[in-house]
Amino acid sequence: MIRVEALTKVYGSGPSAVTVLDGVDFAVERGEVFAVVGASGAGKSTLAHCLNLLERPTSGSVTVNGVELSRLRERDLRAARRAIGTVFQSSSLLSRSTAAENVALPLDYLGVTPAERDARVAELLERVGLSHRADHHPFQLSGGQRQRVGIARALALRPSVLLADEATSGLDPESTRSVLSLLRELRDDLGLSIVLITHEMDAVRETADRVGHLQAGRLVESGPVAALLRDPASALGRALQPLRPHAAPAPGERVWTVTYASGAVPADWLLRLSEQLRARVSLLGASVEGSGGTGTGWAVVGLPAGAEEVLDALAGLGLHGAPQARPPQQPARSASGAAALAGGAR
Amino acid sequence: MSALAAAVPTVAPALRGTPLADLPALLLPAYGQTLLMVGIVMALVVALGTPLGVVVFNTGPGGLFPAPRAHTALSWVVNLGRSLPFLILMAAIIPVTRLLVGTTIGIPAAVVPMTVAGVPFFARLVENALRDVPVSVTEVARVSGGSPWQVVRRAQLHEAVPAIIGSATVNTIAMIEYSAIAGTIGAGGIGYVAVTYGYQRFDHSVMVATIVVLVATVAAVQFAGDRLARRATPHLRRA
Repeated sequence: MIRVEALTKVYGSGPSAVTVLDGVDFAVERGEVFAVVGASGAGKSTLAHCLNLLERPTSGSVTVNGVELSRLRERDLRAARRAIGTVFQSSSLLSRSTAAENVALPLDYLGVTPAERDARVAELLERVGLSHRADHHPFQLSGGQRQRVGIARALALRPSVLLADEATSGLDPESTRSVLSLLRELRDDLGLSIVLITHEMDAVRETADRVGHLQAGRLVESGPVAALLRDPASALGRALQPLRPHAAPAPGERVWTVTYASGAVPADWLLRLSEQLRARVSLLGASVEGSGGTGTGWAVVGLPAGAEEVLDALAGLGLHGAPQARPPQQPARSASGAAALAGGAR
Repeated sequence: MSALAAAVPTVAPALRGTPLADLPALLLPAYGQTLLMVGIVMALVVALGTPLGVVVFNTGPGGLFPAPRAHTALSWVVNLGRSLPFLILMAAIIPVTRLLVGTTIGIPAAVVPMTVAGVPFFARLVENALRDVPVSVTEVARVSGGSPWQVVRRAQLHEAVPAIIGSATVNTIAMIEYSAIAGTIGAGGIGYVAVTYGYQRFDHSVMVATIVVLVATVAAVQFAGDRLARRATPHLRRA
């Protein structure tokens, strides 16, 4: 497992000092995926560099399996760093080396025997499904395949923590899915603690167990993904599953934004709501998906104006409702959710 | 036919000088000296310039062991070495040359200033080649547990090999040029022949022959360098 305590990184000194990370705390258990999301400039890259100690934190600690990396001297750090595998954004392979040679890099550095190295490389390429590409150079591989080679390389020294720094950024949707499902498999099979640093909310919903929102160097909100999605008050939850533009309501209808607030929302809640209110319910927009076995999502519905018991009816179904102030404008929620993330850009 | 016959007498006196048949005896030893000079110098330049370039790059911002003062000092030395015109450098370091090789004429005397001029040039080219290697390559090597030496050799230099081959090609051609300049102070070689026969004695056939030989040599070096660089680049290998 990896534990980060009061991690702070300040560049420069005196009046020109810039605090990029400001007291970041989190821990990732064995077999858990923790995602860190945030806008560009929120400090994600710096966090990644501090986690594998490519850069020294100004203060605070990074502890992996009980060893406090941030206290080690450079020489000892080189050995200790092997407990953390890092997957970088694509194109971080050696362009003049084959897939197998790239995966062998950490083993060569460690100085294992050629026989041992070749066996381990074959095993790793098999693990990421690229045995048939062992002798290909990076330019002959697709973006997703290159990233799989990067993952195999990161696993070469049997780390207990895997740091994925924007590992799916710039990949096409299919490659992204295949890389994310590989990460999930590795978490389950090898019991890895995975830190997923990303700006892609889809990746977080699909892969992460818990998520933290990095804003201007601080972890402003964090929690289990499913819980955040169900918390109507959570800006991070809304940002994870943003509202999309919805259809216009019929005349005389009021627009309600409905979010799944519990794991026990019946799948036929629209019908039940209609029966309970004895009124027509128009579905104007929705996104519902499974997260941890239960549904999460949102819907925008149109209801006859003046239906007083809507809130109660929704609450009884495990939903949270909020009437839109001025129909039929763009959904206000989505704008505020986006603004919450964009706020970190400075 | 008749037009050609009329033209020949006017052209032939213009190319007066050493007869064609005697040119090889004059040029071949000199050419051998040029190749020897450039060969020795390039061996020294690559051996000394590569580590210097690596150190300049890695002491700089974003390098493996940033050391701003050392970086500034080394950059200054490299710039100084590159800012002097070769002829002036050659004359200026004569005392050093005498100290190192005990003479100020001949091949040994030319090797010293040529190396002094070539090393900073090559170091700067190596530094630029390393700068073009993505930062992530160095980062990957570091998080893969590489020692600084392993990171330099197996990641930075390894990725920069095609660019460094290109740099060595450029440098070799510059050294051929310098060897001709060194010829003016009696270093021998093809430049010496061009100056003493072609320039001082108006021996046109020697002048033309040296030009042909130099152009062909430079073209051959460039061709070989391009080929080597391409072979070292996986995605160009088949082209």
